[in-house]
Amino acid sequence: MNTVSTAGYLDRLLQGQPPASPLGWLNQLRAHAVDRVGALAVPTTRDEDWRFTDISPLTKISFQPAQSMAPLAPASVEQWAIAEAAARLVFVDGVYAAEHSFNRAGITVENLVTGLNRHGTAVQTNLGQHAGFERDAFTALNTAFLHDGALIVVPRGTALAAPVHLLFIATHKHAASYPRCLVIAESDSAATVIEDYVALQDEAYFTNAVTEIALAGNAEVHHVRVQRDGAEAFHIANCAVSLAQASRYHSVSVALGARISRHNLRVLLAAEGAACSIDGLALIGGAQLADSHTLIDHALPHGTSRQLHKCIVDGAARAVFNGNIMVRAGAQRTDSSQSSRNLLLSGKARVDTKPQLEIFADDVKCAHGATVGQLDVDEVFYLKSRGLSDTAARNLLTYAFGAEVIERIPVASLRHQLEQAVLARTQTAEAGAARPS
Amino acid sequence: MIYQDSKTLLAVRGLHATVNGIEILKGMDLTVKSGEVHAIMGPNGSGKSTFAKVLAGHPAYVVSGGAVEFEGRNLLDLAPEARARAGVFLGFQYPIEIPGVANSQFLRLAYNTVQAQRGKDELDPLEFDDYVRERMKLLEMNPDFLDRSVNEGFSGGEKKRNEILQMALLDPRIAILDETDSGLDIDALRIVAGGVNQLANKDNAIVLVTHYQRLLDYIVPDYVHVMESGRIVKTGGKDLALELEARGYDWVGAELKANARVRT
Repeated sequence: MNTVSTAGYLDRLLQGQPPASPLGWLNQLRAHAVDRVGALAVPTTRDEDWRFTDISPLTKISFQPAQSMAPLAPASVEQWAIAEAAARLVFVDGVYAAEHSFNRAGITVENLVTGLNRHGTAVQTNLGQHAGFERDAFTALNTAFLHDGALIVVPRGTALAAPVHLLFIATHKHAASYPRCLVIAESDSAATVIEDYVALQDEAYFTNAVTEIALAGNAEVHHVRVQRDGAEAFHIANCAVSLAQASRYHSVSVALGARISRHNLRVLLAAEGAACSIDGLALIGGAQLADSHTLIDHALPHGTSRQLHKCIVDGAARAVFNGNIMVRAGAQRTDSSQSSRNLLLSGKARVDTKPQLEIFADDVKCAHGATVGQLDVDEVFYLKSRGLSDTAARNLLTYAFGAEVIERIPVASLRHQLEQAVLARTQTAEAGAARPS
Repeated sequence: MIYQDSKTLLAVRGLHATVNGIEILKGMDLTVKSGEVHAIMGPNGSGKSTFAKVLAGHPAYVVSGGAVEFEGRNLLDLAPEARARAGVFLGFQYPIEIPGVANSQFLRLAYNTVQAQRGKDELDPLEFDDYVRERMKLLEMNPDFLDRSVNEGFSGGEKKRNEILQMALLDPRIAILDETDSGLDIDALRIVAGGVNQLANKDNAIVLVTHYQRLLDYIVPDYVHVMESGRIVKTGGKDLALELEARGYDWVGAELKANARVRT
């Protein structure tokens, strides 16, 4: 792979851009992004940030935004329904589907095009401001396509108990989609947002998502991200979160699908006393690759961060975790812990984990650790000593390994859905069970 | 308690075992009959816990000699799960935490697996819930422990109560309780011991592995054995435990050497 051909690849992707917006500032933002796409290249494994993730299979396929859009049957959408949701926005191959969306939340949950009318200033202040695209080709590409998306504004002092469901459904072979989400949590507000990527087909497609979340003082956001894309999908996602004073951000990201997925999560603790918990689970097999890069950036004092990232890797799959925790010179009294735990279920499975602490302050408490291995002998023995077969013991422990992250999702029905998914993916048949003769 | 018509449950003869190539058990002999309570005592490193783990079939311990019969069967031929199903129970010194698995789920799975093997009825979640709550009263356990992950965040005492709860559910023929008293305060010790006493009957047997005499104030043994260097070097009644508490373990070894000299 060389730079010339992949730069050409990005240019070809740009050909499907939507028409100009009536908003001057948005056109400027897009034009700037188009410039950056022109200057940047598809990353290769020679780039430090992409050392373990060879994205070149993406460039073998020509992806374009889906053109014809047949309406989806309600049942195709409702199979992904989350019972507790107070609002839902559905996007089909990246295009807003009003007929499948609803809003009973009593706050702004609408597509960006509609939301710009009432929230123009707030959107302009935030959109493209958290997810930088100067050096990231995929964020630049998404921003070049910026036209519509999901907008959530949680007003000051409003605590929304029920979750908001953002559902992105892929239906077309070789379709490219550029989902964009903006969540603005005003001061003293609270909300739960589920970002959910699903597919109705198993052919290759390309999802390149960008999400920005801005928390004002003392706001709290629970963010659940579920990537259950189709088996041949390419999924690239950039999420940037900014925390004001004493705000709290909790995220659980679950990656189950896609042939190659990459999730970049950047959390900036931009004011004193901010707190975040960032948990992740990748459960992959076959020839899948799931890459998660996180950056928790402690910029000011008294910040707290907690991170648990787990990978269960089967077959010839490969998981990558790069967890960077930055404690800047001014960020005294930072309290941070990070744990990367990885379970390899086959001899060919592979994980590359790289916890990174960069500490420039002297009065901090930071702990991190990483483990890679098979199931613990003593744990298996404990269960067998209670009568469980070797297979049952291993199945239970593998399930439990993933369930520890799933448990942290604050939405019961989604938790249950994902527990079932983990259960289905971690259970091997009992050795010596009846076989067809 | 010692009964006249009791049957031999466990017969250990000249048992040798190694871990990482180092011999820990060097000719262990022990006979346990139904209804009996045995205490195995001894200094650290004497092989007490190794003996408990070998009986339960821990894969890290390799049997290098001797025989173990359990109700007339060769116990060493059985996989750990088969031993559990046959009625051998090990109460762990350090019970394993399993985040992500609800205690109720784990207990029901273990209970139903063993029930099915014994040809008895399995219980659905609702039936099991009633049953386990009843059994938990034996150990004065809060039903909240059913919803929590297995042993995760449990205190030392809570973990040991959970072990004895498992014993109550699995209804073993022989229960080997490895340092069940370690890490317990006096109230927890009383509760755990009370639970064990209620589970003891004339058809089963208890083997207590312990460093201290304290537990034996609550669970009174019929026999006290002293282990040293991988085998039993002295056997007595419950008074032996008091003597060990008062005098320590050194005199047992000294007495042994003296006797050996007299014989030669």
